[in-house]
Amino acid sequence: MRRWLGWLWVAFLVSVPLWMTDLYYLHVLIITGIFIIASMSLNLLLGYTGQLNLGQVGFFGIGAYTSALISLGFELKLTDNFALAVDPHPAWLGFVFGVILSGFAGWVVGRISFKIRGAYFVIVTISFAEVMRLVALNWVSLTQGPMALNNIPPFTVDIPGVWEAELYGKVPNYYIVLAVGVVSYIVIRRLVRSRLGRAMIALKENEPLATSVGIDVTRYLVLAAVVSAAMAGAAGSLYAHYVRIIDPDVFLFIYTVTMVIMVITGGKGTLAGPIVGGLIFGVVPELLRDTTRPEVQWIIYGGLMIAIVFFLPNGIVPAVHQWWRSRVSRAGVAVPLSEAP
Amino acid sequence: MVAGKQEQSRGSGFLDQLLQHVVNAVMLGSTYALLGIGLTMIFGIMGVVNFTHGELYAFGAYMMFLFAMVLKLNFFVALVFAVVLGVGLGALIELVLLRPLRGADIDTTMLVMIGAWIIMQNTEQLVWTGVAKSISTPFPEEPLVLGPVSISWLRIFVFVAAGLLIVGAQLLIHRTKLGKAMRATFQDRDTAALMGVSIGRIYTATFALGSGLAAAAGALLGPVFVAVPTMGDLAALKAFAIVILGGLGNFAGAALGGFILAFIEEMGASYISSGYRDAMGFLLIIVVLMIRPTGLFARAERIG
Amino acid sequence: MLPMETKLTPPETVLSLEHIAVRFGGLLAISDMTFSVREHEVVSLIGPNGAGKTTAFNVITGFVRPTEGRIVYRGRVLNGMKPHEVADLGLVRTFQKTSLFDRNTAFDNVLIGLHRRGKRKAWEILLALPRVAREEKMLSEEAERILDFVGLSRRAYELGGALPYGEQRLLEVAVALAARPEFLLLDEPVSGMNPTETRNFMKMLDKIREQGITILLVEHDMRMVMGVSDRVVVLNHGRIIAEGQPEEIQRNPEVIEAYLGQGATRAAD
Repeated sequence: MRRWLGWLWVAFLVSVPLWMTDLYYLHVLIITGIFIIASMSLNLLLGYTGQLNLGQVGFFGIGAYTSALISLGFELKLTDNFALAVDPHPAWLGFVFGVILSGFAGWVVGRISFKIRGAYFVIVTISFAEVMRLVALNWVSLTQGPMALNNIPPFTVDIPGVWEAELYGKVPNYYIVLAVGVVSYIVIRRLVRSRLGRAMIALKENEPLATSVGIDVTRYLVLAAVVSAAMAGAAGSLYAHYVRIIDPDVFLFIYTVTMVIMVITGGKGTLAGPIVGGLIFGVVPELLRDTTRPEVQWIIYGGLMIAIVFFLPNGIVPAVHQWWRSRVSRAGVAVPLSEAP
Repeated sequence: MVAGKQEQSRGSGFLDQLLQHVVNAVMLGSTYALLGIGLTMIFGIMGVVNFTHGELYAFGAYMMFLFAMVLKLNFFVALVFAVVLGVGLGALIELVLLRPLRGADIDTTMLVMIGAWIIMQNTEQLVWTGVAKSISTPFPEEPLVLGPVSISWLRIFVFVAAGLLIVGAQLLIHRTKLGKAMRATFQDRDTAALMGVSIGRIYTATFALGSGLAAAAGALLGPVFVAVPTMGDLAALKAFAIVILGGLGNFAGAALGGFILAFIEEMGASYISSGYRDAMGFLLIIVVLMIRPTGLFARAERIG
Repeated sequence: MLPMETKLTPPETVLSLEHIAVRFGGLLAISDMTFSVREHEVVSLIGPNGAGKTTAFNVITGFVRPTEGRIVYRGRVLNGMKPHEVADLGLVRTFQKTSLFDRNTAFDNVLIGLHRRGKRKAWEILLALPRVAREEKMLSEEAERILDFVGLSRRAYELGGALPYGEQRLLEVAVALAARPEFLLLDEPVSGMNPTETRNFMKMLDKIREQGITILLVEHDMRMVMGVSDRVVVLNHGRIIAEGQPEEIQRNPEVIEAYLGQGATRAAD
């Protein structure tokens, strides 16, 4: 039942640019989509593996900057005589490098997380993102610091004779984001419903028991971190080539908080959670834009976060799912891992 | 904290400069110590990742602004009010937000704290706007000159006040019944409960106290720098660095850690790079945790 | 016709603990423990509370590092191995305090236990190759089979944490069995069970044994110990005080004293 519903939803999303004439709302959807991808990546760590990574924006920013720099080309003065010069390359190559580099950062964080747990890990991850921000801010020769990298080239398609185009503007980028989003969703879904996903969940639920049946803690924490980071990096790259200007603010903690809110309100540890949360917190700010000041909006979100924790601790999706099940079928039956939304 | 004007040395030699930096670092360190001690108590005794700590710091500074500048009260009276209100706000947060969640897992409390942090900072933004507020002091403008070193009277006061508060906190932890109960709770909560300690009251007291110290740090440093709504963020992260450096729940470690961080910042900013001044704290955290996941002074068995 | 000569090979030692000592800070949990387990044996490790039995399990399976001594399994030294590495060698344990994935169904608990048996790699999973689906089907069928073996088929879709106590203990064994152990370490598996449940468990233990699995048991229930063990090893104050056949141990004065000293007359019932 669920399968075709998913594809129906995708078909609907594909059709949006055909009837949504106001390009502004398309822009909102694009940004929301990028945040949803980033939130899905965070959900893998926060919801499934139980890793409290509050530095997710660090991966996002690494992806953004890497992708931007590859596509703009850069020159890095290593010594007085020697400089590393990289020519501009197509944006999709930047995307690939962005994913790889942020995946690598994820690998590092994953290895650290094995040694340092709980609250300490939270602080290390926050620090990691802050350090990245300060590096981006101060390494002016590479990143232009606060002056920002601008005129970042958009994605291009260059298959001679078949299709040559510059994917500039809202409609093409909407489809790019949608495509990456769908792929990301599928990746997470396949991972989480597999033996590997079960291992991650097992580590979160009961680590000693998990290790006693042969689940290697480090290996799975690292795997989750790498996939999560790579996905966040992908989102960052999409952002860089759509907005076409990025500055160190792309590493701000507030973006991690946004992702956390999306995941938690939607429902951590569920596939649909980040999407629902993302839609709410991507779209609502736009609806409120003209009527309420940003500070007031944020106060509302903070309050909402607290309210969700108190009243719907598992988020919206599980609550809806529970309600639906209690109405439709036998009450109190657990949802098996293989059927989790 | 926004980097403010640091005193410049009168002397020109390397040693003179060094001495000046040392003096500056000591001043800063005393307030960092306050921040760190407050957080290590909360973190250590309650196990809560307190994201509102930085906001209490900002709150202290803004209360100083309110009382000293807007209501034009006496500077020292304003200081007292600011700290007392900080204690009160801490107690309120604990009672309303943390108490109902007692026993929940760490993510849950963390998220609530983040929510509270968002609310507090944006309220501050709303009420005071983003324009930096400066707070004037009754101290003379001319700094005290001792040989090659110049120190402003304000900073001397800050150092003394912070020092008194640190000593006061230490006395409270070690000489009072409340402090004893807090230490017992830190060592072994369940046994303490069995011995008749009201864990709920200890938690509220701990959070209130820790918040009060943060507010005090803010109230003291507010006049030194300026008050902006985001000042709490850096303060919070530095506080975490200090706590990790000193070990969870380790009072002396936090105090020492505060001074160490101030020294590293001051020396690093002057001799390595001033742009990365604030990064020192984070790098410190990461490096320490890589080497010693339990902190440098892992005598985390007792508080104090 | 000449009678066929049958060669009886003596059972091989598969696990040996050599002079194990474990110190936690100032506490000496195990002072000098040496014993071994032979293939296909069922050995019970008994002793008063605090004698160090669970610590012995923790040492064998890599949860605790011994201060001194060696653990050797089939010629490999286990010292320093992480728990999952020990499990990979075929030694699987259960825990003294009920340890399950409470928020997952019984079926999923066993499925997680089957982790080691899955061989498909990450890239195969991401590409959703048919062999992945085949493996999942195989694992699901295996999980059903194991649940059936322990008698929990009808509880398959209930949450682990919601099961009655006795069934939770059975589920724990199911999870351990899923990891395909050659050597099973059971930590007080029937504690808290009523006599009927205990009897059923003993029958199940026989069936496990028939599969060729060597079993090391920590247990307080003397009925069970006498009923299933080939050999009994008695631990007190961190060292072995007696070793031998169940009947000998029952009569051993030192053992009786160790237990009576604890006020335990459970051995008598």
